[in-house]
Order: sequence, then C-alpha cells, then structure tokens
Amino acid sequence: MADEQKPAGSPSPAPSGAGGVNPKAGPAAGAPKTAPPKPAAAAPPKPPAIMAATPWDSELARDLRDRFPDQIGETSTYLGQDFLIAKPDAIISILEYLKLEADFDYLVDITAVDWPKKPERFELVYILYSFAHNRRVRVKTSIADGYRPASAVGVHLTANWLEREVYDMFGIEFAGHPDLRRILLPEEWQGFPLRKEYSIVQQDERWVRENLGIESGQ
Amino acid sequence: MPESTFLDSTELVLNMGPQHPSTHGVLRVILKLDGEKVLGTDCVIGYLHRGVEKIAENRTYAQFNPYVDRMDYVAAISNGLGYCLAIEKLLNVEAPPRAQAVRVILTELNRIASHLVWLGTHALDIGAITPVFYCFREREEALKIFENYCGARLTTHAFRIGGLQYETYDGFEKEVLAFCDMFLPKVDEYEELLTNNRIWAGRLKHVGVLNAEECKEYGVTGPVLRAAGVKWDLRKAQPYSGYQQYDFEIPTCENGDTYDRYTVRIEEMRQSARIMRQAVEKLAAGPIMAKVPKVIKPPVGEVYVSIEAPKGELGYYVVSDGTTQPYRVRVRPPSFVNLQALGRMVAGGLVADVVAIIGTLDIVLGEVDR
Repeated sequence: MADEQKPAGSPSPAPSGAGGVNPKAGPAAGAPKTAPPKPAAAAPPKPPAIMAATPWDSELARDLRDRFPDQIGETSTYLGQDFLIAKPDAIISILEYLKLEADFDYLVDITAVDWPKKPERFELVYILYSFAHNRRVRVKTSIADGYRPASAVGVHLTANWLEREVYDMFGIEFAGHPDLRRILLPEEWQGFPLRKEYSIVQQDERWVRENLGIESGQ
Repeated sequence: MPESTFLDSTELVLNMGPQHPSTHGVLRVILKLDGEKVLGTDCVIGYLHRGVEKIAENRTYAQFNPYVDRMDYVAAISNGLGYCLAIEKLLNVEAPPRAQAVRVILTELNRIASHLVWLGTHALDIGAITPVFYCFREREEALKIFENYCGARLTTHAFRIGGLQYETYDGFEKEVLAFCDMFLPKVDEYEELLTNNRIWAGRLKHVGVLNAEECKEYGVTGPVLRAAGVKWDLRKAQPYSGYQQYDFEIPTCENGDTYDRYTVRIEEMRQSARIMRQAVEKLAAGPIMAKVPKVIKPPVGEVYVSIEAPKGELGYYVVSDGTTQPYRVRVRPPSFVNLQALGRMVAGGLVADVVAIIGTLDIVLGEVDR
C-alpha cells in the first residue's frame, strides 16, 4: 500500500507493520504533508533514570528548611516548578505553616503516584498556590502501603473530596478524615484501580454481575 | 440548622437525580429538608466515571490526546490545550507563535460556546424558556467554525503536542471576525431578556452566596471565584499560549451570589470576543508545529500545568518515567472541585435554589467523574 496521506485526526491503525508496543506515537505529532510515517527508528538518546531537578534556592525554601530541619529532605526545582519532599508525619504542619505564614492559601490538588517497586510505594502530592505571591509549590511525600497519612481537611476544606478520590483510586486511608468513603466508584467496589497491578481491563466481576446483571462490562 | 419554627416538622430526605433535567447530567443529590428548607446535601457522583487517568497510563502521549476531549465535552478545546501545554512543558518545547494564536482563537471561541450552554440551560432551569434557543443559535455558529477547522464539532481534538495538525482554512480569519461582529449584539439581547428581569433577579440575587474566603477554602476557581471579588484569572496571573500579548479585562463582582456569577460570565463572553479579534490581527504566517520527535518520549520528570478553562483552573499533573507512555496523568478538574462547595451554597436555602445553584456552578459531569 502506497501510504496515501490520511488526515490523522484520531489514532487509526498503523499503515505498515511497525510492530512493537508503540506503533503509532508519531503521526499525530509530525508534519502531515510530506514524509510517510517511518516506523519508530530514531529514538532520542536514553534519558537519565532520575528527574534532572536542580536545588530550589529561595527565601521560602530556606525558611522551610529552618523551620522543619529534620522533616524536609529535599527542596528542588524542575522546569521552573518548585517542590519539596518531606516526611509523611510532617505534611500537615508544613501545609499549616505554608497556609498561615507564607500565604499558600489555596490547595489546588491532592493526588498520588504508585511506584510498586519502591519500598514506600505511594508518592502523595499536594499542589499549593498562593494568591498573594502568584506562586505554586508542590509538597511531596512517600508512604508505604498501609500507612495512614493524616488528613488535611482541618487545614483546607477542599481536601475532603480530593482525599476521598485518592482513597477511592489508591486505597490510601487518611487518618482523621471526616467522611472517608469512595467517591467515584460504587461503595461496594473491590480493588483500587489506579494501583499499577490493577489491569486496565480488570473490574469487580461480582459487582458487575450483581448490579448490572451482565457477565462482564468489557 | 434553621431557627425554630412554629410548627413541629420532621426531616425529610429527598432524592434528586441522577436522571433529573436540572442536574445537567447524571448528578445525584440527596437533600435533607425541613419543609422547603435545605438542611444538608450529599452528592453522589461517579455515574460517568470512565477511568480516564487509568487509560492515560496505557496509551502513548499522543494517543491519549483525544481522550481529554471527553471530560469537559462542552469545552473540549480547553481540555486539549491544557494537555498539550503540559506535555510540551515536559518536553521543554513551545508551540510556534502562529499555532499559539490559532489556539487562543479556538479556545476563546470554545469558552463562548461553553458559556452559551451554561446560560441557556441555567435560564431554562430558572424557568426562562427563550434564552436557550438564542444561545444555541449562536453556539451553532461557533461549532461551524470548529467543524470547518478540524471536522468535528464537539470532541474536536483540535491541537497536537507541539502545535497544530492543520493549517487554518481559507476564510478562517474572516469567519472568526464575522462571528465576533455578529455575537456582541447578541449578548446585549440576552441581557435585555434577563439582566433587568424581575423574576430573574428575584431568583438569583442573594442565592447561593459564596464569599472569597469560602471560595479559597474550597478551592473554587473560575467565574465563581471572580464573582466573589477575587480578580484572579490564570490567563493574566500565569499567562500561557501568548495571552500576555492580548488586552482584556477580568470581570469581577462583589457579592458572590448567583446573579453576580451570571454577570461575570456574560462579561467574559464579551472579553473572549475581544481577545479573538486581537488574536486574528496577530495571526502572521509561519510554522504551526514545533520540533517534536515522532515518538514522544519526555525525559524523566513531572510537571503541573494549568489553564483557565471556562469552569475554572484545569490542571494536568503528568509524571514521565522516560517511556513512550505517561507514568501518571492526574487531571485537576474544576467542575469536581467546584461541586464540592454545593453543600455550603445550598445550606439554608430553598429546594428551588438548589436548581439555580447547580446551574450557576456550571459543572459538566463528564469532567466531575472523568
């Protein structure tokens, strides 16, 4: 087949047998008019295995380090975005400090990332914003499976639903949360979908059978 | 809790939704009532949960791009812009100026389309039947431009990582300018119908008040925050896609009630048209795609990039492990976070206000549930 140009509006099957796990990353990003899509040949040089962050040097970072000398492990900047890595039991005091003393009064988001191979498998991420300084900072911490981090609802009310979603998707239970229930999935659902071992086609078969009356939702 | 009443009354639990015309989708609200008065609410969401974040981990960066359109489907272009900007940041590339200007035009046009859906349905909920026909008439013109540009009207997939896939079509600029000329008088028409309408004002004023402090506590952004008097818009605060070049106002109000949110959104539509005009003028010839490798493999790292979507701050937190698929994509959906404030806004109000407040929050359940 002579590779007629198709507008690659949506991912369509690769024209030639490119093979591999990733047959179709290119065409949507490339210039559409000329070169016929070549199978993934020129891969960029191998990236470093860790994030190439640089130290975050600012007054706030120094203040935080002075205030929490033992609890903050790293203050870094990556692509102009500042973040700090702290011990899990210090998160609430750091959020409180940032809110009351440094004007970070808007908790943008709480989320988690699952790294099953690490001993402390979940990375909890709090994204904060300061209206007064127009700045963002991310507070990160790593926790092991089964560790119950303290809830941030006492500091920011918005943490309520955000923590419920983290619980729903990752199974991280927040200690002291006023209403820790599943939020997007049904109450009786078994399993936590955003954990890495949860396959994309996996589902709670029993729930689907009992509640939807079908054998499988797939 | 309400002050003591003359008659003894028992609490009544009333279920509203998920199939209810005024919940704008599949939102279920459980209301605890004392007569007509709302004592408390509990939102049940997730009926439209498709696991978008899980899907992202199983697709390549480019393959996931069309999926984001399915979250806030009335403002699909905004979703796509946020996602593309996040991946571009991760790759450390920037779209060329022409691509940025086209992005701004389409995103602002989409903001108008999104606000028109809000205005039409909100007015319909309140009992004003006419505006919805007017709004959808004008929205149709906006959708025609999307269709001419990329073939799709709703889930457009208009942008690509690094820029644009398609050059604009002949007459694009003319059509956009014609839309602006046509649209501004129409906004006056909507205002004529509603702004000084006694019923409209009566149903909206002092209803669902959320002041600036409460907005920040609940993380509420977008027009709801601006109606409470906070002059904050990410297009100004942390400009992206060249918004710093355009001259526009951030409309704000003071009371933070439903009427103020109406005023803010109406004015935002005018400002969007103003930005579009300027962007058309700035539209110079040039490349539309940055140098992005065919196989997108960002270096190991993570970014949080957010934009001012029609509903508020839409953020993408993307973690790359150096492979062709994102390790984690977290979407910070404005609708989800804003909806959390519903309980505070309706407490002490009447049942009829619940309908007005759901309308004024301008949620899209596709984005709440993802």
